[in-house]
Amino acid sequence: MALKKKILATIIGATVAGSAVLPLTANAETLRIGYSADPETLDIHEQLSGGMLRFSHLAFDPLVRWTKDFQFEPRLATEWVQTDDTHMRMTLREGVTFHSGNELTAEDVVWTIERLKESPDYRAIFEPIATAEAVDDYTVEITTTAPYPLLLNLATYIFPMDSQFYTGETENGVDKAEIVKAGNSFASRNVSGTGPFVLTDRRQGVRVDFERFEDYWDTESEGNVSSIVLTPIAENAARVAALLSGGVDFIDAVPPNDLERVREASDVELFEVPGTRIIGFQLNEEQVEAFKDVRVRQAVDLAINQEGIADRLMRGFATPAGQFSPEGYSGHNPDLVPRYDLTRAQELMAEAGYEDGFSVDMIAPNNRYVNDAQIAQAVANMLSRININVNLRTMPLAQYWPEYDTRQSDIAMLGWHSDTEDTANFFQYLSFCIDEESGAGQYNYGNYCNEEIDALVTEADSVTDLERRNEMLREAEAMLYEDVGFITLHWQNLAYAAAEGVEIEPVVNAIDFPYLGDLVINR
Amino acid sequence: MIAFLIKRLMHAVLVMFIISVLAFAIQDNLGDPVQQMVGQSVPESEREALRERLGLNDSFMVQYVRFAKNAVQGDFGNSYFYREPALSVIARHLPATLELVFAATLIIVVFSAPIGVYSAIKPRSIISRFFMGASIIGISIPVFLTAIVLIQIFSIGITVSIFPEGTAWGAWLNSALSTQGNMPSFGRGYDLVHVFGYWDTNLASWSGLQHLVLPAISLASIMLPLFIRLIRAEMMEVLQSEYVKYARAKGISMRRVYFVHALKNTMLPVITVGGVQIGTMVAYTILTETVFQWPGMGLMFLDAINRADIPLIVAYLMIVGVIFVVTNTIVDLIYGFVNPTVKLTGKPA
Repeated sequence: MALKKKILATIIGATVAGSAVLPLTANAETLRIGYSADPETLDIHEQLSGGMLRFSHLAFDPLVRWTKDFQFEPRLATEWVQTDDTHMRMTLREGVTFHSGNELTAEDVVWTIERLKESPDYRAIFEPIATAEAVDDYTVEITTTAPYPLLLNLATYIFPMDSQFYTGETENGVDKAEIVKAGNSFASRNVSGTGPFVLTDRRQGVRVDFERFEDYWDTESEGNVSSIVLTPIAENAARVAALLSGGVDFIDAVPPNDLERVREASDVELFEVPGTRIIGFQLNEEQVEAFKDVRVRQAVDLAINQEGIADRLMRGFATPAGQFSPEGYSGHNPDLVPRYDLTRAQELMAEAGYEDGFSVDMIAPNNRYVNDAQIAQAVANMLSRININVNLRTMPLAQYWPEYDTRQSDIAMLGWHSDTEDTANFFQYLSFCIDEESGAGQYNYGNYCNEEIDALVTEADSVTDLERRNEMLREAEAMLYEDVGFITLHWQNLAYAAAEGVEIEPVVNAIDFPYLGDLVINR
Repeated sequence: MIAFLIKRLMHAVLVMFIISVLAFAIQDNLGDPVQQMVGQSVPESEREALRERLGLNDSFMVQYVRFAKNAVQGDFGNSYFYREPALSVIARHLPATLELVFAATLIIVVFSAPIGVYSAIKPRSIISRFFMGASIIGISIPVFLTAIVLIQIFSIGITVSIFPEGTAWGAWLNSALSTQGNMPSFGRGYDLVHVFGYWDTNLASWSGLQHLVLPAISLASIMLPLFIRLIRAEMMEVLQSEYVKYARAKGISMRRVYFVHALKNTMLPVITVGGVQIGTMVAYTILTETVFQWPGMGLMFLDAINRADIPLIVAYLMIVGVIFVVTNTIVDLIYGFVNPTVKLTGKPA
């Protein structure tokens, strides 16, 4: 009990200074992490980002989580039944406690879902959920507004928060539950989750410290990491050097240029995982009349050598793509592969009456995706072979998005990760006909519009028979492939590296959230 | 003296005003901070609401006046990323940078004076030639390259195997040229000693000093050769002057001529340049801190630019402006003490 109090005191003592020294178990191990970014805040609903979700998996637990091959693994929810088209009952794990000592009940889950529906970043994703109700202490019933096949995908985002801890008012009379972006809210400085690690100290941008949660429910986990020191190291070369010099045990985002070096270094192991972020280009039909012609779009697609870019420019650090969905996603269609054919591309240009080509502008970021500016340069060169002269402008991320939003250029580069880890999301954001009201086609840069595909995907999203739904999505991918609504290049791989004995292979995944609670270190 | 300080104070205010206007004027080109604060799928309406709340939709004048009003009262706004007042963010990062600059300055002072004087006294000796050659190389290599090379040699370690391993001399050369590399390559380490307030120091523990060595050397690597050459050139000039010749003719010991009579006058321009350069070094730390992940103001500023964290950028630029004014003022004061002929009021002589 005294221990619990100590943890509680630490949590309440905000995040500044002080560390709870927990009794170390026999094989206690400290893991020093060098990530490219640290969590922006401690409020897991304030921002939807990779860094925040990684943090969520440390200090919190989701209801269910993804396995390496995109199956659902029960975490805080042990069972789930679809009672009818719009209702799902989830059974919660019993005997789970929060870092504050409170016990997890259905009320916490309901409270969390309601808070998610208030969050600017999550609101849109959680729109399909109408209500959540606590049937009893360990049963939650979720009602959707319409039949919705992706409830479990959403459940991977539900990290139950300690509703008692976050309820009430602070000394200044502010609601503890409020979500304030870039503000100084209670939840952005204090944390109580059920996760394997308790946050003990945090100096934003410098380091974050965690200790293993003594009362963690998952006693079967073989994870033996007793404490974590997370140092954000944004600079690629510095991150690699930190690992190679033994300063940290585990890094993410190994840059392609250093892959060989890390692979050949002794005492260090490299792990590559095929990623799920699609990198591609969008043709602006508003700006360039020619792009309205499907033959020109096909010619552009045929002129780009995806395999070549993945092999040479990315040094094998990417999987060439002919569609949105990576392998493992419900709508992945194995027949759709890149189709580089320069002769055919030139023929198509001639057929469309653009034998002599035309000039276009292209924009690309230079610090967002792996080798982004070089990829754009390569694509520009490839297009010159079908007489499309590209005037390329690259810029840093902070300037790229405002530029992108103006939609003034003729071709734009975009990388997209599906928040729901599902195929339909790609279509809804990237290729749906633009509809300001519903938000459809928010990132449809080129104003591409094919109502047939839209209808098919929309219909698929209300089909709860997953087999039939997958078939429809595969069909939609095939239609988009034919109509070239998006020029797909590749899925960017993920690369982690760790010191010998840090067995990260079982805990890293394509979704880029290592499950460090289960990490085993054998030194 | 008082008039001088008041004048400098007004300088500082003017500098801060101009910088704040400039920083505000370029903020539209820094990018959209909102983009960094929301997930990619957040609808435009939410973004618009956030922009409205942060006051980013207001006109330049409205935003500037609001900023200036608060700034006069010492409130430079909240950093978007750190979620706390920009000034305290800077205050938290300042000690790390100052310690780094201090360590680099120490290296420069300790090495530049003896080497510079020696190579002025004995310009033809092999050692002088070596230092002059090395200093040219030192000036030409960019800081980040020096930093990366230092990390490779002293942190990661290199294994040399170009000599035949079978022979005794080959094995000896190989092992002599290989390095173990266990110097820390990033950050300030975990053994900082708390002094007071925001100040945790690297200077009071062995591990802290180890972390400081490589960043300090790479930060010093640009300035050190510059100062060696400067001191050498000044010294050589002074040695040609009449009073040195006279002192020699009088039979005063050479040691006294070099280190008392000549060195004193050599130091005048060195102090001026040095003071200005220390201010510049605060700016150079951006590169060094990035490569070594040194959590100081330089790294913080670079991150702020990447995140379009406008309040922090503006506050940083203003603070750096003040640091420049302050160091220049101190230099002028010292100059006045060293050379009493200089009048501090700044009136034309």
